[in-house]
Amino acid sequence: MSTDSVRPVIGVLALQGDVREHVAALQAEGADARSVRRPEELADVDGIVLPGGESTTIARLAGRFGLLEPLREALRAGLPAYGTCAGMILLADRLVDAPPGQPTVGGLDVTVRRNAFGRQVDSFESGVDLAGIGGGSLQAVFIRAPWVEEAGPGVEVLGRVVGGAADGRIVAVRQGNVVATSFHPELTGDRRVHALFVDIVRAHLAEQAGADAGNERGKST
Amino acid sequence: MAAHPDQPDTATGTDRVKRGMAEQLKGGVIMDVVTPEQARIAEDAGAVAVMALERVPADIRAQGGIARMSDPDMVQGIIDAVSIPVMAKARIGHFVEAQVLQSLGVDYIDESEVLSPADEAHHIDKHAFTVPFVCGATDLGEALRRIAEGAAMIRSKGEAGTGNVVEATRHMRALRAGIKRLGTLDETELFVAAKELRAPHDLVVEVARLGALPVVLFTAGGIATPADAAMMMQLGAQGVFVGSGIFKSGDPAQRAAAIVQATTFFDDPDVIAKVSRGLGEAMVGINVSALPESERYATRGW
Repeated sequence: MSTDSVRPVIGVLALQGDVREHVAALQAEGADARSVRRPEELADVDGIVLPGGESTTIARLAGRFGLLEPLREALRAGLPAYGTCAGMILLADRLVDAPPGQPTVGGLDVTVRRNAFGRQVDSFESGVDLAGIGGGSLQAVFIRAPWVEEAGPGVEVLGRVVGGAADGRIVAVRQGNVVATSFHPELTGDRRVHALFVDIVRAHLAEQAGADAGNERGKST
Repeated sequence: MAAHPDQPDTATGTDRVKRGMAEQLKGGVIMDVVTPEQARIAEDAGAVAVMALERVPADIRAQGGIARMSDPDMVQGIIDAVSIPVMAKARIGHFVEAQVLQSLGVDYIDESEVLSPADEAHHIDKHAFTVPFVCGATDLGEALRRIAEGAAMIRSKGEAGTGNVVEATRHMRALRAGIKRLGTLDETELFVAAKELRAPHDLVVEVARLGALPVVLFTAGGIATPADAAMMMQLGAQGVFVGSGIFKSGDPAQRAAAIVQATTFFDDPDVIAKVSRGLGEAMVGINVSALPESERYATRGW
């Protein structure tokens, strides 16, 4: 875990969805969190969160307000990103069960199935163990949630569903500086995934600042 | 009901799952649709959900008679047509209509004053369901009574089917004023407030502490233009229901998209001005003060 005191600026894509909860969780983990609705606001952030919401709505608004291409470029340039639920869908390179022509930002070499667990009556909460996150299993809230159907070779699987019809399905992944979860840590008050993401953003900043920053803190980047 | 029975901490239909669903709809627009084609237009325009019903409120108003839950085939047709969440309305107190809608796989039930009430004293016990409910309210006391019964989301009632935003404004302002007032009261006064609001004391204390409802608050009832939607957002709504306002207007697809954009950029008059251009005719609308008491839907519910 980083002990860096840098306060990174982390944007939350604020076109639609549970933006406020992400902002609160990121602030509590030491980030300067702000909402992003315009391309120029994207230029100021060190990391970006794509929140839960309705992925078709967010994708449509991102297209209409000229955010899709800037987001793609930023991710290609290494901007750390974290997506929950709809955010995972937006980060996926490939979708199953999406309306024809639904665009994604991409950046994660995965195939994601929308509404994979079923309708709202099938939405549930359950304990999930996440690789690299200590302190026991995390109570995960799945709301009309997607899952990762296939993950490319460079993608690290962080967590899977245990038990039931969806046993073994992938619900948390990481590829470099990009993290995605099918579930909503922002709804539970358990901020361990947000803490992980803030650490990723700090590490990325330190890396960008060059070897000096890393050496000073006695910690490799 | 557990999806994963071998995991003891796995559960469906918890408050967190029901209220969390509404959190995902925030900043969005939920649109009334009566056919699968309209549902697809709504989805294309960026709706976060659709409300499946047989007649929009303006037609219920014009045609009169008893308004009931929609035909299951019609609800199913809309569920099959879109990938976004589908809501449907049950009559106030009609718990069997709600059971049917849950069985159809509807994602949210609106226990709605737009339909003819089925019970003049009791609302549905919404805790008994896995599917979440949204209910209308005209003020804080009514909102808290519905939350106590298990509503996972609240909307203003407004006056549906009029295309007139004045009642929604009244209800949003009343809710906001009620919440603000609780924040000024001490512990002793909160007991009296609970009595006056005819609401459970623990909920009253929770609202005073949060400075907000413990569930998501949308607006509904008479929203017809992008500026109407943005005004409600500026008055504290977290999202918008549009009933007759879209498909009773001249160019539904364009108006729907414009209301979606105005809801996201509710605090940016430049965007609202831009999206309000060239929308064609808004729905005609009704002067609410000209409506006889018996035709006011907002007075239904207790």
